[in-house]
Amino acid sequence: MKRACHRLAETGYDEPVMAMLEVEIWRGGEDGAWRSYAVPHQANQTVLDVVTHVQRHIDPSLAYRFACRVGMCGSCAMTVNGRPRWTCRTHVSQAARKGRVRIGPLRNLPVIRDLAVDMAPFFEKWRDAEARFVPSKEPPEEPVRPDEPERRAADAGIECINCAVCYAACDSVAWNPDYPGPAVLNRLWTLVNDRRDGDRDGHLDAAGAGCHLCRSHQECADACPTGLNPTAAIAGLKREVFRRALSGGARGPRQ
Amino acid sequence: MRRGPWWAFLLHRLSGVALAVFLPFHFLVLGLAVERAALDGVLDWTENPWVKLAEAGLVVLLALHLTGGLRLLLLEFGRWSDRQQSRIAVAGGLALLAGFGFLAAAFA
Repeated sequence: MKRACHRLAETGYDEPVMAMLEVEIWRGGEDGAWRSYAVPHQANQTVLDVVTHVQRHIDPSLAYRFACRVGMCGSCAMTVNGRPRWTCRTHVSQAARKGRVRIGPLRNLPVIRDLAVDMAPFFEKWRDAEARFVPSKEPPEEPVRPDEPERRAADAGIECINCAVCYAACDSVAWNPDYPGPAVLNRLWTLVNDRRDGDRDGHLDAAGAGCHLCRSHQECADACPTGLNPTAAIAGLKREVFRRALSGGARGPRQ
Repeated sequence: MRRGPWWAFLLHRLSGVALAVFLPFHFLVLGLAVERAALDGVLDWTENPWVKLAEAGLVVLLALHLTGGLRLLLLEFGRWSDRQQSRIAVAGGLALLAGFGFLAAAFA
Protein backbone atom coordinates (compact mmCIF):
# COMPACT_ATOMS: atom_id res chain seq x y z
CA MET A 1 0.00 0.00 0.00
CA LYS A 2 2.80 2.38 0.94
CA ARG A 3 4.40 1.82 -2.41
CA ALA A 4 1.21 2.88 -4.15
CA CYS A 5 0.84 6.20 -2.39
CA HIS A 6 4.23 7.61 -1.36
CA ARG A 7 5.11 8.71 -4.85
CA LEU A 8 2.66 11.24 -6.20
CA ALA A 9 3.70 10.58 -9.77
CA GLU A 10 2.72 6.95 -9.36
CA THR A 11 -0.79 7.81 -8.26
CA GLY A 12 -1.24 10.06 -11.25
CA TYR A 13 -2.43 12.94 -9.09
CA ASP A 14 -0.88 16.37 -8.92
CA GLU A 15 -2.60 17.21 -5.62
CA PRO A 16 -0.77 16.42 -2.39
CA VAL A 17 -1.82 13.36 -0.41
CA MET A 18 -3.60 14.61 2.73
CA ALA A 19 -4.21 11.35 4.58
CA MET A 20 -5.23 7.79 4.02
CA LEU A 21 -8.88 6.95 3.56
CA GLU A 22 -10.42 3.78 4.89
CA VAL A 23 -12.43 2.50 1.98
CA GLU A 24 -14.74 -0.50 2.06
CA ILE A 25 -15.93 -1.81 -1.29
CA TRP A 26 -18.48 -4.51 -2.02
CA ARG A 27 -16.81 -7.44 -3.78
CA GLY A 28 -18.61 -10.29 -5.49
CA GLY A 29 -22.26 -10.77 -6.42
CA GLU A 30 -25.37 -10.77 -4.21
CA ASP A 31 -23.57 -13.08 -1.76
CA GLY A 32 -20.34 -11.07 -1.78
CA ALA A 33 -18.68 -9.26 1.12
CA TRP A 34 -17.13 -5.92 2.05
CA ARG A 35 -13.39 -5.65 1.57
CA SER A 36 -11.18 -2.88 2.95
CA TYR A 37 -8.68 -0.78 1.05
CA ALA A 38 -6.43 2.11 2.03
CA VAL A 39 -6.56 4.92 -0.52
CA PRO A 40 -4.65 8.22 -0.37
CA HIS A 41 -7.04 11.11 0.24
CA GLN A 42 -6.53 14.10 -2.05
CA ALA A 43 -8.10 17.52 -2.19
CA ASN A 44 -11.16 17.63 -4.47
CA GLN A 45 -11.12 13.85 -4.82
CA THR A 46 -14.37 12.28 -5.98
CA VAL A 47 -15.71 8.89 -4.91
CA LEU A 48 -15.18 7.74 -8.51
CA ASP A 49 -11.51 8.75 -8.18
CA VAL A 50 -11.31 6.46 -5.13
CA VAL A 51 -12.83 3.52 -6.99
CA THR A 52 -10.56 4.16 -9.97
CA HIS A 53 -7.52 4.29 -7.66
CA VAL A 54 -8.42 0.89 -6.21
CA GLN A 55 -8.92 -0.59 -9.66
CA ARG A 56 -5.73 0.85 -11.15
CA HIS A 57 -3.33 0.52 -8.22
CA ILE A 58 -4.61 -2.17 -5.87
CA ASP A 59 -6.93 -4.68 -7.53
CA PRO A 60 -7.48 -4.59 -11.30
CA SER A 61 -10.28 -7.17 -11.01
CA LEU A 62 -12.67 -4.59 -9.47
CA ALA A 63 -15.77 -4.23 -11.66
CA TYR A 64 -17.49 -0.84 -11.89
CA ARG A 65 -19.00 1.45 -14.51
CA PHE A 66 -18.30 5.00 -15.52
CA ALA A 67 -18.06 6.94 -18.75
CA CYS A 68 -18.14 10.73 -18.87
CA ARG A 69 -16.90 11.67 -15.35
CA VAL A 70 -18.74 15.01 -15.60
CA GLY A 71 -22.28 14.11 -14.53
CA MET A 72 -23.81 13.73 -17.97
CA CYS A 73 -24.00 10.01 -18.74
CA GLY A 74 -25.50 8.54 -15.58
CA SER A 75 -23.42 5.37 -15.50
CA CYS A 76 -21.37 5.76 -12.31
CA ALA A 77 -24.14 5.64 -9.68
CA MET A 78 -23.23 3.65 -6.56
CA THR A 79 -24.23 3.47 -2.93
CA VAL A 80 -21.87 5.66 -0.90
CA ASN A 81 -22.12 5.36 2.88
CA GLY A 82 -25.68 4.12 2.52
CA ARG A 83 -26.85 6.78 0.06
CA PRO A 84 -27.22 6.34 -3.70
CA ARG A 85 -25.09 8.96 -5.42
CA TRP A 86 -23.46 9.85 -8.73
CA THR A 87 -19.90 9.11 -7.77
CA CYS A 88 -18.20 11.30 -10.38
CA ARG A 89 -19.74 14.45 -8.89
CA THR A 90 -19.61 13.41 -5.23
CA HIS A 91 -16.55 14.64 -3.40
CA VAL A 92 -15.08 12.33 -0.81
CA SER A 93 -15.17 15.24 1.64
CA GLN A 94 -18.98 15.35 1.25
CA ALA A 95 -19.54 11.65 1.63
CA ALA A 96 -16.85 10.37 4.02
CA ARG A 97 -17.67 9.92 7.67
CA LYS A 98 -14.62 10.11 9.95
CA GLY A 99 -12.34 9.30 7.04
CA ARG A 100 -14.31 6.18 6.14
CA VAL A 101 -16.09 5.57 2.87
CA ARG A 102 -18.19 2.49 2.15
CA ILE A 103 -18.97 2.02 -1.54
CA GLY A 104 -21.49 -0.57 -2.68
CA PRO A 105 -23.62 -1.34 -5.72
CA LEU A 106 -26.99 0.39 -6.24
CA ARG A 107 -29.94 -0.99 -4.28
CA ASN A 108 -33.07 -2.49 -5.90
CA LEU A 109 -31.13 -3.88 -8.89
CA PRO A 110 -29.45 -7.28 -9.27
CA VAL A 111 -25.70 -7.15 -8.58
CA ILE A 112 -23.62 -8.53 -11.43
CA ARG A 113 -20.28 -8.21 -9.69
CA ASP A 114 -18.70 -5.74 -7.27
CA LEU A 115 -20.09 -2.27 -8.06
CA ALA A 116 -21.75 -3.17 -11.37
CA VAL A 117 -25.50 -3.80 -11.23
CA ASP A 118 -27.77 -5.16 -13.94
CA MET A 119 -29.69 -2.09 -15.14
CA ALA A 120 -32.05 -4.19 -17.28
CA PRO A 121 -35.06 -4.17 -14.86
CA PHE A 122 -34.79 -0.37 -14.65
CA PHE A 123 -34.88 0.09 -18.43
CA GLU A 124 -37.44 -2.69 -18.97
CA LYS A 125 -39.92 -0.77 -16.82
CA TRP A 126 -39.13 2.30 -18.90
CA ARG A 127 -39.83 0.31 -22.07
CA ASP A 128 -42.99 -1.34 -20.70
CA ALA A 129 -44.51 2.05 -19.84
CA GLU A 130 -43.60 3.27 -23.36
CA ALA A 131 -42.29 6.37 -21.65
CA ARG A 132 -41.13 8.01 -24.84
CA PHE A 133 -42.20 10.86 -27.06
CA VAL A 134 -44.98 10.02 -29.53
CA PRO A 135 -45.05 12.63 -32.31
CA SER A 136 -48.52 14.06 -32.94
CA LYS A 137 -49.90 13.85 -36.48
CA GLU A 138 -50.55 17.59 -36.54
CA PRO A 139 -48.34 20.32 -35.09
CA PRO A 140 -49.86 22.06 -32.02
CA GLU A 141 -52.41 24.69 -33.06
CA GLU A 142 -50.85 27.28 -30.74
CA PRO A 143 -47.07 27.61 -30.83
CA VAL A 144 -45.40 26.18 -27.71
CA ARG A 145 -44.12 29.08 -25.62
CA PRO A 146 -41.20 28.40 -23.24
CA ASP A 147 -42.97 30.20 -20.39
CA GLU A 148 -46.40 28.55 -20.65
CA PRO A 149 -47.38 26.41 -17.62
CA GLU A 150 -47.34 23.05 -19.43
CA ARG A 151 -43.93 23.70 -20.92
CA ARG A 152 -42.57 24.78 -17.54
CA ALA A 153 -43.94 21.58 -15.96
CA ALA A 154 -42.31 19.50 -18.68
CA ASP A 155 -39.02 21.39 -18.46
CA ALA A 156 -38.88 20.86 -14.69
CA GLY A 157 -38.39 17.14 -15.16
CA ILE A 158 -36.50 16.89 -18.39
CA GLU A 159 -32.87 16.80 -17.26
CA CYS A 160 -32.99 13.13 -16.18
CA ILE A 161 -29.74 11.27 -16.93
CA ASN A 162 -31.17 7.76 -16.30
CA CYS A 163 -28.65 7.04 -13.54
CA ALA A 164 -31.18 5.03 -11.44
CA VAL A 165 -30.18 6.86 -8.24
CA CYS A 166 -33.88 7.60 -7.54
CA TYR A 167 -34.76 3.99 -8.31
CA ALA A 168 -32.22 2.82 -5.73
CA ALA A 169 -33.36 5.38 -3.16
CA CYS A 170 -37.05 4.43 -3.42
CA ASP A 171 -38.65 2.19 -0.81
CA SER A 172 -41.78 1.75 -2.92
CA VAL A 173 -39.56 0.10 -5.54
CA ALA A 174 -38.03 -2.11 -2.84
CA TRP A 175 -41.46 -3.08 -1.49
CA ASN A 176 -43.29 -3.68 -4.76
CA PRO A 177 -41.55 -5.10 -7.84
CA ASP A 178 -44.45 -3.89 -10.03
CA TYR A 179 -43.84 -0.23 -9.17
CA PRO A 180 -42.33 1.48 -12.22
CA GLY A 181 -40.16 3.76 -10.11
CA PRO A 182 -39.61 7.52 -9.95
CA ALA A 183 -37.61 7.93 -13.17
CA VAL A 184 -40.20 6.35 -15.47
CA LEU A 185 -43.10 8.24 -13.91
CA ASN A 186 -41.15 11.50 -14.01
CA ARG A 187 -40.57 10.93 -17.74
CA LEU A 188 -44.29 10.19 -18.29
CA TRP A 189 -45.14 13.47 -16.53
CA THR A 190 -42.88 15.44 -18.90
CA LEU A 191 -44.67 13.77 -21.86
CA VAL A 192 -48.14 14.42 -20.41
CA ASN A 193 -47.22 18.10 -20.27
CA ASP A 194 -45.64 18.19 -23.72
CA ARG A 195 -48.22 19.63 -26.11
CA ARG A 196 -46.30 18.30 -29.10
CA ASP A 197 -46.83 14.74 -27.87
CA GLY A 198 -49.66 12.88 -29.60
CA ASP A 199 -50.56 10.31 -26.95
CA ARG A 200 -51.28 12.14 -23.71
CA ASP A 201 -54.07 9.72 -22.75
CA GLY A 202 -51.85 6.74 -23.50
CA HIS A 203 -49.17 8.11 -21.19
CA LEU A 204 -51.74 8.68 -18.44
CA ASP A 205 -53.06 5.13 -18.85
CA ALA A 206 -49.50 3.81 -18.65
CA ALA A 207 -48.98 5.75 -15.40
CA GLY A 208 -52.40 4.83 -14.03
CA ALA A 209 -51.68 1.53 -12.34
CA GLY A 210 -48.23 2.39 -11.11
CA CYS A 211 -48.29 6.01 -9.98
CA HIS A 212 -50.63 5.32 -7.05
CA LEU A 213 -48.02 2.99 -5.53
CA CYS A 214 -45.89 6.05 -4.75
CA ARG A 215 -45.99 6.73 -1.01
CA SER A 216 -44.56 10.25 -1.33
CA HIS A 217 -41.51 9.47 0.78
CA GLN A 218 -39.60 11.99 -1.38
CA GLU A 219 -36.44 9.91 -1.11
CA CYS A 220 -36.10 10.21 -4.91
CA ALA A 221 -36.24 14.01 -4.79
CA ASP A 222 -33.67 14.07 -1.98
CA ALA A 223 -31.33 11.76 -3.87
CA CYS A 224 -31.70 13.04 -7.46
CA PRO A 225 -28.25 14.30 -8.49
CA THR A 226 -29.65 16.72 -11.08
CA GLY A 227 -32.10 18.18 -8.59
CA LEU A 228 -35.32 16.91 -10.17
CA ASN A 229 -38.40 16.24 -8.05
CA PRO A 230 -40.03 12.99 -9.21
CA THR A 231 -42.39 13.05 -6.19
CA ALA A 232 -43.91 16.29 -7.46
CA ALA A 233 -44.16 14.81 -10.96
CA ILE A 234 -45.89 11.68 -9.62
CA ALA A 235 -48.30 13.82 -7.58
CA GLY A 236 -49.19 15.55 -10.84
CA LEU A 237 -49.72 12.19 -12.54
CA LYS A 238 -51.97 10.98 -9.70
CA ARG A 239 -54.05 14.13 -10.15
CA GLU A 240 -54.38 13.82 -13.94
CA VAL A 241 -54.94 10.04 -13.84
CA PHE A 242 -57.74 10.62 -11.31
CA ARG A 243 -59.26 13.35 -13.46
CA ARG A 244 -59.18 11.04 -16.47
CA ALA A 245 -60.80 8.23 -14.46
CA LEU A 246 -63.56 10.62 -13.34
CA SER A 247 -64.28 11.54 -16.94
CA GLY A 248 -64.60 7.83 -17.72
CA GLY A 249 -61.66 7.76 -20.10
CA ALA A 250 -59.21 5.44 -18.37
CA ARG A 251 -58.43 2.27 -20.29
CA GLY A 252 -55.98 0.64 -17.92
CA PRO A 253 -52.31 0.09 -18.74
CA ARG A 254 -51.26 -0.45 -22.34
CA GLN A 255 -50.56 -4.06 -23.25
CA MET B 1 -31.14 8.43 6.82
CA ARG B 2 -34.95 8.57 6.63
CA ARG B 3 -36.37 12.07 6.48
CA GLY B 4 -39.63 13.76 7.47
CA PRO B 5 -41.89 12.50 4.67
CA TRP B 6 -40.83 8.90 5.30
CA TRP B 7 -41.65 9.14 9.01
CA ALA B 8 -44.91 10.89 8.17
CA PHE B 9 -45.78 7.91 5.97
CA LEU B 10 -44.86 5.42 8.73
CA LEU B 11 -46.89 7.23 11.40
CA HIS B 12 -49.86 7.47 9.05
CA ARG B 13 -49.69 3.77 8.25
CA LEU B 14 -49.20 2.68 11.88
CA SER B 15 -51.95 4.96 13.20
CA GLY B 16 -54.28 3.58 10.52
CA VAL B 17 -53.52 -0.02 11.50
CA ALA B 18 -53.88 0.77 15.22
CA LEU B 19 -57.23 2.47 14.66
CA ALA B 20 -58.45 -0.45 12.55
CA VAL B 21 -57.53 -2.81 15.40
CA PHE B 22 -59.29 -0.55 17.92
CA LEU B 23 -62.50 -0.20 15.91
CA PRO B 24 -63.99 -3.68 16.71
CA PHE B 25 -63.55 -3.01 20.45
CA HIS B 26 -65.24 0.35 20.01
CA PHE B 27 -68.20 -1.32 18.30
CA LEU B 28 -68.28 -4.01 21.01
CA VAL B 29 -68.69 -1.33 23.69
CA LEU B 30 -71.33 0.43 21.59
CA GLY B 31 -73.12 -2.91 21.31
CA LEU B 32 -73.10 -3.18 25.10
CA ALA B 33 -75.27 -0.04 25.24
CA VAL B 34 -78.21 -2.38 24.60
CA GLU B 35 -77.53 -4.01 27.96
CA ARG B 36 -77.35 -0.95 30.22
CA ALA B 37 -75.53 -2.58 33.15
CA ALA B 38 -72.61 -3.75 31.03
CA LEU B 39 -72.18 -0.31 29.43
CA ASP B 40 -72.20 1.39 32.84
CA GLY B 41 -69.44 -1.00 33.91
CA VAL B 42 -67.31 0.05 30.92
CA LEU B 43 -68.02 3.73 31.50
CA ASP B 44 -66.95 3.38 35.15
CA TRP B 45 -63.78 1.69 33.97
CA THR B 46 -62.98 4.63 31.64
CA GLU B 47 -62.93 6.95 34.68
CA ASN B 48 -59.60 5.35 35.61
CA PRO B 49 -56.82 7.93 34.89
CA TRP B 50 -54.71 5.32 33.13
CA VAL B 51 -57.58 4.59 30.81
CA LYS B 52 -57.97 8.34 30.23
CA LEU B 53 -54.29 8.43 29.27
CA ALA B 54 -54.79 5.56 26.83
CA GLU B 55 -57.79 7.41 25.40
CA ALA B 56 -55.61 10.46 24.89
CA GLY B 57 -53.30 8.17 22.91
CA LEU B 58 -56.28 7.15 20.79
CA VAL B 59 -57.19 10.78 20.22
CA VAL B 60 -53.62 11.47 19.06
CA LEU B 61 -53.75 8.48 16.69
CA LEU B 62 -57.08 9.62 15.29
CA ALA B 63 -55.93 13.23 14.91
CA LEU B 64 -52.62 12.08 13.40
CA HIS B 65 -54.44 9.98 10.83
CA LEU B 66 -56.84 12.82 10.08
CA THR B 67 -54.26 15.58 9.65
CA GLY B 68 -51.90 13.19 7.84
CA GLY B 69 -54.72 12.25 5.49
CA LEU B 70 -55.54 15.89 4.82
CA ARG B 71 -51.85 16.51 4.12
CA LEU B 72 -51.84 13.66 1.59
CA LEU B 73 -55.01 14.94 -0.10
CA LEU B 74 -53.40 18.34 -0.35
CA LEU B 75 -50.21 16.78 -1.76
CA GLU B 76 -51.99 14.64 -4.34
CA PHE B 77 -54.82 16.95 -5.38
CA GLY B 78 -53.39 20.40 -4.75
CA ARG B 79 -50.54 22.24 -6.42
CA TRP B 80 -47.13 20.94 -5.48
CA SER B 81 -45.45 22.86 -2.68
CA ASP B 82 -41.83 22.55 -1.61
CA ARG B 83 -42.89 23.20 1.98
CA GLN B 84 -43.75 19.55 2.70
CA GLN B 85 -41.66 19.50 5.90
CA SER B 86 -43.61 22.46 7.29
CA ARG B 87 -46.91 20.76 6.44
CA ILE B 88 -45.77 17.60 8.21
CA ALA B 89 -44.80 19.66 11.25
CA VAL B 90 -48.21 21.35 11.27
CA ALA B 91 -50.03 18.02 10.89
CA GLY B 92 -48.06 16.43 13.73
CA GLY B 93 -48.38 19.55 15.92
CA LEU B 94 -52.16 19.68 15.51
CA ALA B 95 -52.43 15.98 16.42
CA LEU B 96 -50.39 16.45 19.59
CA LEU B 97 -52.45 19.53 20.44
CA ALA B 98 -55.64 17.46 20.14
CA GLY B 99 -54.17 14.88 22.53
CA PHE B 100 -53.18 17.47 25.11
CA GLY B 101 -56.55 19.17 24.69
CA PHE B 102 -58.28 15.88 25.48
CA LEU B 103 -56.08 15.37 28.56
CA ALA B 104 -56.75 18.90 29.76
CA ALA B 105 -60.50 18.35 29.39
CA ALA B 106 -60.35 14.91 31.03
CA PHE B 107 -58.46 16.04 34.13
CA ALA B 108 -59.96 19.52 34.44
